[in-house]
Amino acid sequence: MLLAVTAQGSPVVLVAAVFLASAVEMVEALTIVLAVGVTRGWRSAFEGVAAALAALTALVVVIGPPLVHWVPLSTLRLVVGFLLLVFGLQWLRKAVLRASGLKAKHDEDAIYAEQVAELSEAPPATGRDATAFTVAFKGVFLEGLEVVVVVLTLGTSSHRLGLAALAAAAAVVLVVVVGLVVHRQLSGVPENSMKMGVGLMLVSFGTFWAGEGVHVSWPGSDLAIPVLVAVYGLVAWVLVTMLRRGEQSRMSGRAGVGSSIDA
Amino acid sequence: MPDDTGMPATGSGQRADETGANHVVRSRWLRAFGRFWWDFLIGDTPELFIGAVVVVGAAALLCTVTGARHAAAFVLPALVAGLLSLSVWRASRSRPD
Repeated sequence: MLLAVTAQGSPVVLVAAVFLASAVEMVEALTIVLAVGVTRGWRSAFEGVAAALAALTALVVVIGPPLVHWVPLSTLRLVVGFLLLVFGLQWLRKAVLRASGLKAKHDEDAIYAEQVAELSEAPPATGRDATAFTVAFKGVFLEGLEVVVVVLTLGTSSHRLGLAALAAAAAVVLVVVVGLVVHRQLSGVPENSMKMGVGLMLVSFGTFWAGEGVHVSWPGSDLAIPVLVAVYGLVAWVLVTMLRRGEQSRMSGRAGVGSSIDA
Repeated sequence: MPDDTGMPATGSGQRADETGANHVVRSRWLRAFGRFWWDFLIGDTPELFIGAVVVVGAAALLCTVTGARHAAAFVLPALVAGLLSLSVWRASRSRPD
């Protein structure tokens, strides 16, 4: 990956970050859409998806180019870097807590079952199903908004908005195709590991762009991004290991107390 | 549209009703917009937002006031790593026994 990074930017890391972030969000959206389609019918579900995708595309088209052309680059990088840093830290924190067992892992099967149960309770519709349309629209639009933020921030700050949008579109197509083929929620996708990877990349890009915005002099220029990914990866690994150990000793301490009480 | 007394609203009363309705829709939309960004950036981890402001601010000070732009390249990631550790530690401490 390091060798593929060019002097003008980091297209491989950029594409990987956008693709993974979009795939994770689209898996979550697909779970909702499949639950809607199976319980309420596919027509209104697809209409909801199409409307949400159109709205998201419009957002990128309307907001993206003016950002690139009218906002000064250093201001754009500072604001975008800050947003990415906060957003990425939230993802990474959640991923570390999940990997160490302190937070329940994202379970698409449970979410699917919950959605199906909720949708089955709603009265059946004749003709167009407003419930199916609304739930599918909201699911895709809300999950997609995070993708839009990632595409706009990473795309505009690196002046590769088209490439970022293409990476996101490729992820959407891939997830939809896989979803149609397997025709079930994608519980087999290693979503939690992907979230850790995306979190690492977002924090690294955020640090880099925010640093550029305040005129930090990065050694090796753009080559600092993969180094940042490695450094934050190491920090995340140390945190997960320490938390796991703490959790294990807490559990064994509890078992000790339990056995001494029993005795 | 009838007014509070049940009588049909006059032309100016109808306009006032429409203005009021527009105002309600606008303020509701603004509240939803604000809530989205609040949840998106702050949510249940305010320390990350405040910490990021402090971290980026510290890097800016280092670059502009002391001119240590090379040193900032090491200080900034160190502060970010510290912020992540602090937030994770806070989450692990807040767990019920």
